[in-house]
Amino acid sequence: MFKNINNRIILKNIAEMLTIGLVVLFLVPLFLVLINAAKTNNEIIQTPLSLPTDWSILWKNITNIWSNPNLRYSQALVNSTVITVFSLLGITIFSAMAAWVLLRTKTKTSMAIFMLFVAAMVIPFQVVMFPLVKWFGIFQSFTGIQMLRSYTGIIIAYIGFGSSLSIFMFHGFMKSIPHEIEEAAYMDGCGKFKTFFLIVLPILKPIYVTILILNGIWIWNDFLLPMLVLGKGTPVQTLPLAVNNFAGAFLVSWDLMMTAILMALVPIIVFFLMAQKHIIKGMVEGSVK
Amino acid sequence: MSKFIETFKKMGNDSLNQDKRNQKIVFWLFLFPSLFSFAMVQIIPFAIGIYYSFTNWSATAQFSIDFVGLKNYFDAFQDPAFLYATIITSVYTILNIMLVNVIAFSLALLVTSQLKGRNIYRAGFFLPNIIGGIILGYIWQFIFNYFVPRIAAMAGFTYLAENLMLGNSNTAILAMVIVSTWQSAGYIMMIYVAALQNVPRDLIEAAQIDGANAWQRFRNITVPMVSQAFTVTLFLTLVNSFKQFDVNVSLTNGGPSTMFMGRAIKGTTLLAMNISDTSTISLNTAQAQAKAIIFFLVLVTFSLIQVYISKKREVEL
Repeated sequence: MFKNINNRIILKNIAEMLTIGLVVLFLVPLFLVLINAAKTNNEIIQTPLSLPTDWSILWKNITNIWSNPNLRYSQALVNSTVITVFSLLGITIFSAMAAWVLLRTKTKTSMAIFMLFVAAMVIPFQVVMFPLVKWFGIFQSFTGIQMLRSYTGIIIAYIGFGSSLSIFMFHGFMKSIPHEIEEAAYMDGCGKFKTFFLIVLPILKPIYVTILILNGIWIWNDFLLPMLVLGKGTPVQTLPLAVNNFAGAFLVSWDLMMTAILMALVPIIVFFLMAQKHIIKGMVEGSVK
Repeated sequence: MSKFIETFKKMGNDSLNQDKRNQKIVFWLFLFPSLFSFAMVQIIPFAIGIYYSFTNWSATAQFSIDFVGLKNYFDAFQDPAFLYATIITSVYTILNIMLVNVIAFSLALLVTSQLKGRNIYRAGFFLPNIIGGIILGYIWQFIFNYFVPRIAAMAGFTYLAENLMLGNSNTAILAMVIVSTWQSAGYIMMIYVAALQNVPRDLIEAAQIDGANAWQRFRNITVPMVSQAFTVTLFLTLVNSFKQFDVNVSLTNGGPSTMFMGRAIKGTTLLAMNISDTSTISLNTAQAQAKAIIFFLVLVTFSLIQVYISKKREVEL
């Protein structure tokens, strides 16, 4: 019996060590980015594995990248933030509104529209991407609203692409809200708008955290849609787009590449460390649905 | 008196109609922003896209777009690059499904056992998943070109020390599998973790008391209890591998070239990238559109099979 317990403790320790080893292995690539961002290009090529000799080079590389006219990092950071924030605002509020009326209106039209949103989830982006650019072009020449190479176009695009899954998830969650709460509010003289914004929206909090995270990470990292709608090297550039452009010209100078990568990683990693639990939970919930 | 009742009824009807009309207005008003954006980027482009796949639409300036019937579809099936991309995507997808799921499931077993730092480990394994495909492709390009040869030289693997993995199309596909495993294993792991945590503890304890050993408990309790999760994870890895684009662009950019059906073509170009290249490099957007629709039909088939299997499973349980 004693032997058994001892064996167990040893086994547990081995498992613990093994797991720590694996986590380290998983994080080595990110660590390599960090140490190589603090080296000169020669050092990187000669000794990519060793720790940097002079950490002040990191700061030098960062200032270099920050003001690099080919990368325009600060501008890409602002562009990415604006696009992500406004798209998320649009997706959550508009999808919640749509899901609510689709759920509470029991007509054939409402059923059909809901099914259309859900069915669109299987459409891969590749099928709509070229016609989308063409259509945006036609639309802007007819209405005068700038759709390509502008915030407007890309934000509308994200709201459109994000709406399917978001409406589906809101719809599922709202089913569990008792109808009586809304009826009571209605009896008390709340109009539809007031009922929705004051009563329904606050109840949705747990689900919109999930929806914000799912859509937020997708939009922040997305590459193909910005490449098509914004184009390469235009005034509005997201971070992935900027890094990709930069790589096209600077793939040989790995010191600058590593620093650019590091600086593109920092915002998302900081966000992950702050909201790690919500992020993991949100992304897993989104997948199972 | 009867006149009074009549008027009263009419008033009631009016307000009822008014209410119905209001409800209709609210319905469309609330729906409008989502439906408008959705139509702008999904419904209209989808419809245009189907039409364009039957025309000679090109990425260059052209006078008129003419109907050409099924030509693009026939051409697509005779395009060596597209056939090659289909084969290589299938190979990549199969390898990916196996590697990701084996690693993810093993990690899930580790982090659901009674380890002290299990929450930190979970976060560590999950972290690569929130990094965008473009960025991590460049990180790994550096690793395969500078890190791997050195480590291989130290460890005495001469082949890897002297040849770059990204320099040969076969090993470059393997490199892509490694990168996407690194990216998605932690995510798939968490789906298994959620399933494993739902396995009732008393069931396992009961089996333990009845004398079932660790392997028997695993085989006869854990695996059947998480089988539902397998449908989800297999489907997710299948679809995500099939649609892979970002890592393809930043890690190999479709190269290096290889010979196929007597033609030199880019050796690691997956389907999504081939579709994109057909328009941006070959400038034949109509053919790209036809390829995309074939791609779509394959994905729909996968989805239907998945729904069918899940439904069947639910009935059995």
